This record gives sequence, C-alpha cells and structure tokens, in this order.
Amino acid sequence: MTTPVHADHDPHSAAPLKTPLYDAHVALGARMVPFAGYLMPVQYEGILAEHAHCRAAAGLFDVSHMGQATLRGPDHRTVARALEALVPADILGLEPGRQRYSQLLNEHGGILDDLMVHRAPGAEDMLGLVVNAACKVADYAHIAARLPEGVLLEIHEERALLALQGPEAVNVLVSLGADVAGWDFMDVGPATIAGIPVFLSRSGYTGEDGFEISVHADTVVGLWEVLLRDPRVRPIGLGARDSLRLEGGLCLYGHDIDETTTPVEAGLLWSIQKRRREEGGFPGADIVLSQIAEGVVRKRVGIRPDGRAPARDGAEIVDENGVAIGVVTSGGFGPTVGGPVAMGYVAAVHARPGTRVGLVVRGKALPAEIVSLPFVPARFHRAPK
Amino acid sequence: MTKYYTEEHEWIAVTGNVATLGITDYAQAQLGDVVFVEVPTVGRKVKKGEETAVVESVKAASEVYSPVTGTVIETNAPLADSPITVNEDPEGAGWFCRIEMSDLAELEVLMDEAAYKTFVEGL
Repeated sequence: MTTPVHADHDPHSAAPLKTPLYDAHVALGARMVPFAGYLMPVQYEGILAEHAHCRAAAGLFDVSHMGQATLRGPDHRTVARALEALVPADILGLEPGRQRYSQLLNEHGGILDDLMVHRAPGAEDMLGLVVNAACKVADYAHIAARLPEGVLLEIHEERALLALQGPEAVNVLVSLGADVAGWDFMDVGPATIAGIPVFLSRSGYTGEDGFEISVHADTVVGLWEVLLRDPRVRPIGLGARDSLRLEGGLCLYGHDIDETTTPVEAGLLWSIQKRRREEGGFPGADIVLSQIAEGVVRKRVGIRPDGRAPARDGAEIVDENGVAIGVVTSGGFGPTVGGPVAMGYVAAVHARPGTRVGLVVRGKALPAEIVSLPFVPARFHRAPK
Repeated sequence: MTKYYTEEHEWIAVTGNVATLGITDYAQAQLGDVVFVEVPTVGRKVKKGEETAVVESVKAASEVYSPVTGTVIETNAPLADSPITVNEDPEGAGWFCRIEMSDLAELEVLMDEAAYKTFVEGL
C-alpha cells in the first residue's frame, strides 16, 4: 500500500516550526504532520468524528501558524489607502469593529494570498491582518515594500491564534465571560475568556458560526485548556478543517486560488465592494474590472460526483464527449454531505449548475454534476436587518 | 490457512492456492477513516506488485498492491457501502479480494506475522 502523502509538506523546510500548543497536541494523541513549515495536528480522534462534532457542537482549532500583523499609520484614511493599493476591497469604508475578507493581488489580478482585514473598535490609526501561514513571509515582504512613508507593518510573532467553530461556540465563550452573544458575523473586538485577554472576530473557515481568537502566545496554552474543559468543545485537526471548509465552498490558497486565478474567476466578486469596482486603483484592476464587465473565460464551481469515489486536486474535468474543460482544485469526501465533493475551474460555458461533466480518476471519467456552492449551507450569525 | 505480510502493509491469508488480500491494522491506522474502496473486477489477472485495489481516506488515495500473481476470483462487495469496515476489521471483514495464485513460490519472500510485527516496531 502506498502511504498517503500530504501535499502541503514542504520538503525544503528542514526543521519544521512548532506552535506554542505543540506539546498540548501531542499529549492529546494528535497525529502531527508538516504543514506550511509547521508541525501541525492533522487529526486527534479521527477526521469524520471531528468534522461531525464541529458541525454539531464546538470545535477548537490551533491556527497559530497563520500570520498576524498590523498596519499602523497617522490616521485610518492613510492606512486604508495604503492597503487599498494592494487589495480590491473597500478598506476605507471598513467600520470600527468590523472585518473584511480580501486578496493581495499581483499586477495581472492574480491572487498572491487571501487575507482577513479588521479595524478594531475605536481604531483610527491601524488595521489588523491575518494571512496564510504558507504565504506569510512573502506577504510581509510584498506589503512592506509597497507602503508609503509613515505607514508601518508590525508582525505579531508573539501572538497565537485559535478558532472555536460550531453552533455552540458562542455559548461556550459567553459561559466563560466573553460578552459576544450580540455580535454579528465579522464583528471584531477585545474580550476576556476566563479572565484571559483576547482579541476576537466572529468568523472562521468552516461555514459554521464561530470565532477566531487572537491571544498572546504566553497565555494560549492556558486558554486552550480552559476551552477544552468545556464538554461541548473538542480539538479539531487540519484534516477536518479541510473537509469543513470544502463543504463550506471556501477557497484554500494554493489550490482553489493562486497567482493564476483572479477574484472574479474564483467567484469572490462579493468581496470587491462597489466603490472599488468604480474607482479601481488596485493591482490588476484593468483585468479584474474588464472581467466584471465582460465576463470570464473560466469559473470556479462546485462539483458532485454521482458515485462514491472522491476526485482529488488535479483531476481533469471533461464534458460529456470526453473533451477537457477544466481541472479539480480541491476534492475529497464531504462527511456532512455523506459523499464525495469537489471544487474546480471549468470553462464558463460549462459552469451552470446541472451541467453534466466527468471527473477523470485513475484513467476513468466518473460521472458528476456542476452544483452551486456551498455544499453545506453557511450558518454565520447575522442579525436580522 | 497461513498469513503473510508485505513491507507495504498488505496481508494475504492463503488456503490452498487462494490468497485473500487486505491491508493491516497498522495501515488502516495510518490512513485514518476510509471513505471509499475500489476493488478489482472478478476475472482480472494481477501480477505480483501490481496495483489491485484503492483505498481512499478523507485526506488521500492509496493504492494496494497484490503480493502475488494470479486471477481475481472474488471481491468483497459489501465494502462499497461500508468502506469503514477497513478501519473496523482490517484483517477480517475488511478484506478486498481473493486471488487464485499461479506461482506459490512467490510466498517465500513474504513475512510471517512475527517478522511483520518486528518490521512495524522498527518504523
């Protein structure tokens, strides 16, 4: 039998880094694997059980490998304009206490990384950034080299990051003293959990309601233990993180989006607000705006195989005549769906839900259908308007 | 019945000239939750070392190689609806197929249970 190879293992990284929770993961019996230069838990009790628990109660993730940074300058306008030169989201209009999803773009509108941008309540001179682990070194260099005088990038190596995701996440935090019950999806702000100061955002990467918890690395072990003491909470590894986000139709950088895909092709147009579509002024704006106006040649889509065999990243997508029309960029088994699910890019003429396609797995075209995303409806907490 | 093992974590249970093929408990633990199994078609000729079945976990696909040459005479049909059997009973109900062997001498290079146990302990 071939041993499974984890595609995200970087063979050039001789000595993988550890998050402050490494020993805690090992003590819980986690299987540790190299991921983006770090030794990370891929699973504890098993991916299917962890996936189901996160959808049913609350799952706790260590995502301390991700990059946390701050942009600081004289005033919001200056800092926001500096970031808007690099991303297509409306950062100027980001209200205090709110977060937005965006992408660092190259001059062709290709995605260098995707990131979260937040403005803390009352913040008039700074923005918070959370970027992908595998991209963070390149991101920081890219950003720092393009900042105007007076705007500085501060990298927060001293901070760890947890995610608590699932329908019980809010109740767990409230029971530990965090006053977050009234928060909306993408609200951010400081709080305390069992007396430990944290910075929260009501967001995540599972399609569930939940929170990302930024905390000082010196106190993260205590916080991790406090959260796990709640019987509603179980630790979740990167394996279930991937199956959860795939069912949620959320992009994984380096797979579903990369330097060759634009936000329009990736179906992320919702993250480019009206003013930016009108004004442009971000890298690759000419290409991105013309794609918005005229349409794209290829699109990211959801795909459901008819049978039980998963189609993985890299599987060719063919039309009913066997002609290549695209490629799978993420694929696997969706535990909540109860069958295989995939995302990929297809020629725009084949992108309509209901279109019959084939996914080439081990030389055979397995019948499948284009479907709308997500596979599992998002359950973000949005207050009624 | 005699059981033999490979360094790739397959086992075969041999009765007469028929070998039942599966993966070991060590292998299933490494894979994690199995969500799909592809078994060969009955009548297929397989060569020693040839890819004969596929097991897919949530994360990845793994090929299973036949340690012997022969013809597939039976497959474990219930696995299609219950792939998790490979995790629950890898060296019993989680078998993949039975192969009628054409060269019994191929068994000589395989490990017995004690040798496989020592091999796994060294990993």
